[in-house]
Amino acid sequence: MGFLEELKALLPGRVLTGEAELAPYESDALTAYRKRPLAVALPERKEEVLGAVRLCHQYGVPFVARGSGTSLSGGSLPVEGGVVIALNRMNRILRLDPKARIAVVEPGVVNLKVSQEAAPFGLYYAPDPSSQPISTLGGNVAFNSGGAHCLKYGMTANHVLGLEVVTPTGEVVRLGGESLEGVGPDLHGFFVGTEGLLGVAVEITLRLLPKPEAYHTVLAAYPSLEAAGEAVSRVIRAGLLPGAMEIMDRLSIEAAEKAVRAGYPPVEGLLIVELEGPKEEVAEEALVLEGVLRESGALELRVARDEAERQAIWKGRKAAFSAVGRLSPDYLVQDGVVPRSRLGEALREIQRLSREYGLRVANVFHAGDGNLHPLVLYDGKKPGELERAEALAGEILRLCVRLGGSLTGEHGIGVEKKGYMPEMFAPEDLLAMEEVKRALDSQGLANRGKVLPEVVRAGA
Amino acid sequence: MQHQIPIQKLGKEGEVMAHAIEACVHCGFCLPTCPTYVVLQEEMDSPRGRIFLMKEVLEGNLKLEEALPYLDRCLACQACVTACPSGVPYGELIATFRLWSEEKRHRFPLERTFRLGLLRTLPYPERFRPLAKLGARLKPLLKPLPLPKPLKAPLALLPDRLPEEAPYREVYPAKGERKARVGILLGCAQRVLRPSINQATIRVLQENGVEVVAVPEQACCGALNLHAGDKEGARALARKNLKAFRDVDYVVTNAAGCGSGMKEYPLLFLGEPEEEEARALAAKVKDLSVLLDELGFIPPPPPSRPLRVAYHDACHLAHAQGIREAPRRLLKAAGLEVLEPKEWELCCGSAGTYNLFQPEIAEALGRRKAENLKATGADLVATGNIGCLTQIQAYLDLPVLHTAELLALLYEGKDPLA
Ligand SMILES: Cc1cc2nc3c(=O)[nH]c(=O)nc-3n(C[C@H](O)[C@H](O)[C@H](O)COP(=O)(O)OP(=O)(O)OC[C@H]3O[C@@H](n4cnc5c(N)ncnc54)[C@H](O)[C@@H]3O)c2cc1C
Ligand code: SF4
Ligand code: SF4
Repeated sequence: MGFLEELKALLPGRVLTGEAELAPYESDALTAYRKRPLAVALPERKEEVLGAVRLCHQYGVPFVARGSGTSLSGGSLPVEGGVVIALNRMNRILRLDPKARIAVVEPGVVNLKVSQEAAPFGLYYAPDPSSQPISTLGGNVAFNSGGAHCLKYGMTANHVLGLEVVTPTGEVVRLGGESLEGVGPDLHGFFVGTEGLLGVAVEITLRLLPKPEAYHTVLAAYPSLEAAGEAVSRVIRAGLLPGAMEIMDRLSIEAAEKAVRAGYPPVEGLLIVELEGPKEEVAEEALVLEGVLRESGALELRVARDEAERQAIWKGRKAAFSAVGRLSPDYLVQDGVVPRSRLGEALREIQRLSREYGLRVANVFHAGDGNLHPLVLYDGKKPGELERAEALAGEILRLCVRLGGSLTGEHGIGVEKKGYMPEMFAPEDLLAMEEVKRALDSQGLANRGKVLPEVVRAGA
Repeated sequence: MQHQIPIQKLGKEGEVMAHAIEACVHCGFCLPTCPTYVVLQEEMDSPRGRIFLMKEVLEGNLKLEEALPYLDRCLACQACVTACPSGVPYGELIATFRLWSEEKRHRFPLERTFRLGLLRTLPYPERFRPLAKLGARLKPLLKPLPLPKPLKAPLALLPDRLPEEAPYREVYPAKGERKARVGILLGCAQRVLRPSINQATIRVLQENGVEVVAVPEQACCGALNLHAGDKEGARALARKNLKAFRDVDYVVTNAAGCGSGMKEYPLLFLGEPEEEEARALAAKVKDLSVLLDELGFIPPPPPSRPLRVAYHDACHLAHAQGIREAPRRLLKAAGLEVLEPKEWELCCGSAGTYNLFQPEIAEALGRRKAENLKATGADLVATGNIGCLTQIQAYLDLPVLHTAELLALLYEGKDPLA
């Protein structure tokens, strides 16, 4: 039997090889990159993942784990001649322990589902990427995903307590455990954010938090993006730590309004601030916040009056990326990070670059973390526009690194940004990464061709 | 999303399809609300996957026959339209694609005959009634037999005894001051299977000061044909309605699929001489619940005992027409407690003739919907579409009523649970 036959024997009826079956798996949310895999495997249990990876190892076939394919950096782009291991059918919550405040889940469980299931116990799963209604925990772990509320609570890595991983060589390892106080090195923390390069997570233990007692959500309208950016620093300087601080510019407001009608004022810069915590504390902080925002030159302040209004505000914000599809047939999303103190500077420079390249740039981002999300709008039908958009996106990335930030806050390097790795890391750093990868995956099977630039490999 | 669809070659239909495909940014937000994706968890059975498949076919990169199994599994429920932040008009895309592909596709002779038979029967009450009667009579005999699923499923949905349909008067006067004069679309299968829905609709409208005209020259809306890709069949029916409803203020529909079907007339006559007239008619079409809500609802006397009703959103009301609030407002105004089931956006699996062609998925969805409705703890279920009603009833041991039926019972002072 050859590789495919063995795989089919392992997963009867669940190995896709037909043209129409493979085509929809050709890309993730970054459709500028497409590759047809050899096959797509649909395991339903972790033993099947193990079996599939072992076969890949035995036959030297590269593989890519896939969650919901919402990666914006080509992370779940298939490898030519390789297998896609689609984990969507592994979508069970295996255990939810309200006393220990943990949930043990399969990797294909969708982020939002955890909070929904935990809600009856007054608990929730804090990291809230905008893609939370659809992205999987496996994907979240691989990318160390963040979200609006990660300002206060940290990214995915801060909420993963333990992992069970199938390594590229076909072994099963358990990393971490069920509590924050682990013994020994933080190996699960090491795995989070490695973009599927070191294996497939088949079971994830998550920390749950008690739901805040009260929320206070404010929309502050500013005459410029910079002014909104300035306000963020003022809020932090005033000693407040809001649950979330997000900024939207005119283009993204326009797009989100069209999609959701959240009631955003049509201004140049919109700041969303959300306080959360015990009732009295939130009430006190709300007064301080109002003072700070008024002083910061806000044109208008709007407070969500009830849960429905609050939900509408967040729905609009979280729909913003996709909604930009209403303004332009194509776009590239970047997610460079700059130190919060240099937000205003970065935004000004991006606007200048946008004019220089003659391409619109929409901005909607986690301001509290300095995590920008410039969306470079282009029309792929016009010759040369994709190339121009990529060049502009590259300039923005370089700008972030120059200002002391980083290439990516949460969307990962994938294939899209791997060429920029040398901008941020010295050759020695890259070599060290490469060595770790090789030590754990000598054949380079797991997510081959992602994250690490070829240059290093060639030189190594 | 980028595409190389030869729009010039495909004409107006090509434009509609290309526009929808272009608007898709491949973000996946539509996945969790897609019933086939929820059941199968495979990309080609998701809206995003289907859009991609249609693109590939239209570009000539993929054979139509390869893509069809996945496109055929689409319920056209349009939950993906509600979920899509990018405004992809998926409903238009799939309807147009089905029209475009029907003549190009291969069907086995038996399947072709079965489909044609359906399309030539269901939309015509005078043809469908005798068949349904026969089916209902044979049901007890056939039920224990190991029939193939495509035959078993429709049989299970037939009532044990077919009710008689009283003849319609041409005009039903408004009670009190007349607020509007509307034409009622009587529909097709619904007239045969559950004539009480039309009777209840007329009653409720009269109570609300509406004069109702049951224009005799009308026909089935044609949605069944349109969604099965039978363009000419659909147009023939639609032409009759364009004429029949020229002189009324509004056309009231009480089946979700008919309402959205008539609103799709402009698509059906894209680039044809009737396009303008189709637009005008589509603009006059209103679901019963919306019309009542807009005219200022005069509620019936409250029920004699507290009633908890779970409201089920029919896809072709909620997703295709964006109607969710109006029916709930009516039920609340009528003194009922309205409960919300989990997964409201998920189709019940009825979806026109879906039951007949995809019985396994339909059953999985039907069960799931019934469980969610049951879990609300309601005394009964209300919905705005006969298809959902029969489908849900097959899996649920609570009374399932059309919103109009429920309201009519209350106007008559009757206990809906009796
Ligand atoms: C509209 C939109 C908004 C978004 N907003 C945010 C946001 O606010 N914050 C944010 O951080 N991201 C955001 N993203 C990016 C994306 O949703 C996240 O990166 C998400 O974590 C990807 O999850 P997924 O299930 O779709 O994974 P996929 O895209 O399928 O995979 C992502 C990566 O994870 C790997 N992977 C998947 N499962 C496993 C596993 N079990 N074990 C090992 N590796 C695995 C894949 O190989 C791939 O490299 C957004 C994306 C979109 C389209
Ligand atoms: S939500 Fe809309 S834009 Fe996103 S993949 Fe689905 S159809 Fe495309
Ligand atoms: S119409 Fe319904 S079944 Fe078809 S793709 Fe959209 S959500 Fe899925």
